[in-house]
Amino acid sequence: MKPLIQKLVETQGPSGYETQIRSVVRAEVEPYANELKVDALGNLIVRKGEGGTDGMKIMLAAHIDEIGVMVTQVDENGFVRFTTLGGVRPYTCVGGRVRFLSGAAGVISMEPLDDLSRVPTFEQLYIDMGYSNSAETPVRVGDVATFDRPFLDLGNRLVAKSLDDRIGVAVLIETLRQIKDTPHQLYFVFSTQEEVGVRGATTAAFGIDPDLGLAVDVTGTGDTPRRTKVRMDVSLGKGPAIKVRDGGMLADRRVVDWMVKGAEKLALPYQMEILEGGSTDARAMQLTRAGIPAGCLSIPCRYVHSPSEMVDFTDVQNAVTLLIELVSHPVIL
Amino acid sequence: MAAMAENYQFPQIGDEQIKLLERLSNACAVSGDEGEVRKIVLSEVRPHADVVNVDALGNVLASRVGSGDNRLKVMLAAHMDEVGLMLINNQGDGIYRFETVGGISASDLAGKAVWIGKDHIPGVIGIKPVHLAHGDSYQKPIDVDDLHIDVGPVAGKEKVGDRATFATTFMRLGPSLRGKALDNRLGVATLIELVKHAPPNIDLQAAFTVQEEIASRGARVAAYAFNPDLAIILDSTPAYDLPAWETDENDRYNTRLGAGPAIYMADSSTLSDPRLIRYMIQTAEENKLPYQLRQPGGGGTDAGVIHKQREGIPSISVSVPGRYHHSPAAIVRLSDWQNTLTLVAAALSHLTPALLASDR
Repeated sequence: MKPLIQKLVETQGPSGYETQIRSVVRAEVEPYANELKVDALGNLIVRKGEGGTDGMKIMLAAHIDEIGVMVTQVDENGFVRFTTLGGVRPYTCVGGRVRFLSGAAGVISMEPLDDLSRVPTFEQLYIDMGYSNSAETPVRVGDVATFDRPFLDLGNRLVAKSLDDRIGVAVLIETLRQIKDTPHQLYFVFSTQEEVGVRGATTAAFGIDPDLGLAVDVTGTGDTPRRTKVRMDVSLGKGPAIKVRDGGMLADRRVVDWMVKGAEKLALPYQMEILEGGSTDARAMQLTRAGIPAGCLSIPCRYVHSPSEMVDFTDVQNAVTLLIELVSHPVIL
Repeated sequence: MAAMAENYQFPQIGDEQIKLLERLSNACAVSGDEGEVRKIVLSEVRPHADVVNVDALGNVLASRVGSGDNRLKVMLAAHMDEVGLMLINNQGDGIYRFETVGGISASDLAGKAVWIGKDHIPGVIGIKPVHLAHGDSYQKPIDVDDLHIDVGPVAGKEKVGDRATFATTFMRLGPSLRGKALDNRLGVATLIELVKHAPPNIDLQAAFTVQEEIASRGARVAAYAFNPDLAIILDSTPAYDLPAWETDENDRYNTRLGAGPAIYMADSSTLSDPRLIRYMIQTAEENKLPYQLRQPGGGGTDAGVIHKQREGIPSISVSVPGRYHHSPAAIVRLSDWQNTLTLVAAALSHLTPALLASDR
């Protein structure tokens, strides 16, 4: 599974510009699909299973987009100002490298700070692409880039940009490959524009009109050094996390119990997740049309939205095992 | 065989169109109270559209069916409403407290003349005069609670709940136009021309929307009703193109006057469909029209709710740039308006389903 993960995280797909990553995912899933389509917002939707009397229409969503930057101006000296696509933090930018979809690259730096104890604002940051004037600089307003950082395999811990949410994408692909039999119609949705407000999943959920929704996404952890009092109760290596709530939704109690029972049946480690901020595609599913039961299976991840996000490989494998168990049998909520 | 729009003449802005914009600009249509503009829109589009409806929220939905096969359903949206004020408390003696509707800075309000309601009852926004200020009190930021609207009093028909707008009369200033509510009467006037001169290769679905300035509430239901193949949103976006900016190169101008229609790539609520971005740029270049790429960042248009409707609607916004929007008077260039109308008309007249079948 590691080569798949590496391929996914080293492909570009900033929100709204998911063409490259979509074609990589498509090549992986096409042989296993009973039906495949790309909708108006670019979501890749793969159906597996024909359903039956004990089956449901289940939407499983992992987003293929990643955070990035978009050019707002190239100044007369060739310095490139930018805005963000999704939740980029200024302190993860400085010294970082970005790569545009054209392949052009640059390094992010900042204007001198008056007060070194303060985090710079985005207005103080710029991309230096190695040119001296706007005419030669090979980008223009509206061009998009992602953070440029190679995959790093630390053994059981994996580090990369865009593990949010390529790790969820990898879990869905692996589930699709390994699943033998399902009573359900499973809709694997590789969704777009999650990082800018779960936009792709909103329209995909409307189109599929599922009975049950489950997102597979990353969540933060509380297992790193800190001097603050708030400590999230999720750690790397203690199993996939079952979301109880986040900043955008309360997971359906029945969906939470369904996942807990599945993990206990297989004696898999799991942990309960309460995330203070942020949300996932599950929110879009829960609120679609007249509303559906929805939840989220989370992969614990350190340093989310930095160019070096970290997950535990055993957690990832356990998530696949749990997801296959969950969707292989009739669901009684 | 699709009807190609080879003989299609692009609509032009002349005296008649400027007069219509003048009527639209001078009309009062604060969010939720768009009747005065809606009336003008209905009388202009009814003779040209195949179907005209006013929906439950007050949107005007006008359809014009094309001819030939393989026609795309194209929604064009322009919001009728403007930012303004609402009377909230009658304090007697013709004095009312008020609140703002949509994004208005309190610093734009003090001392301005206003029109209240559909009868345009005149009033003025009062504040403690500078003569009576002491210490640094008049250097503090103005709060809406420091202000009131004073209507005289005369035996007026104004009442709590009425809306008020700035009492600014439209006028032409050389190459420019000055008026209130040009955000977005420019879009409304542009869309009226496109209904009158719809290219035959598409089914045109014109939505003159309500309540855009308070979170695009009208466009949400309009897009649900039309369920189009794609949407183009016509709006007006700020230009902050001052010659210098804190002595350095101005890197946050948003758009510039005279540089042509502003094509959106991203704002706070929408990432424009990349195929539509490329198509609009290509159309501008092929027709030798000036255009500009609006600086990506904040702000939002009706596209924000339209593109997420139903199963998703590929969308893009195109704006006429304007200085000083959401203030008593904006300034826009006539040439930018004409070029925006030409760009959208040219884009529509060559639209085929192949665009949406192409790689994004």
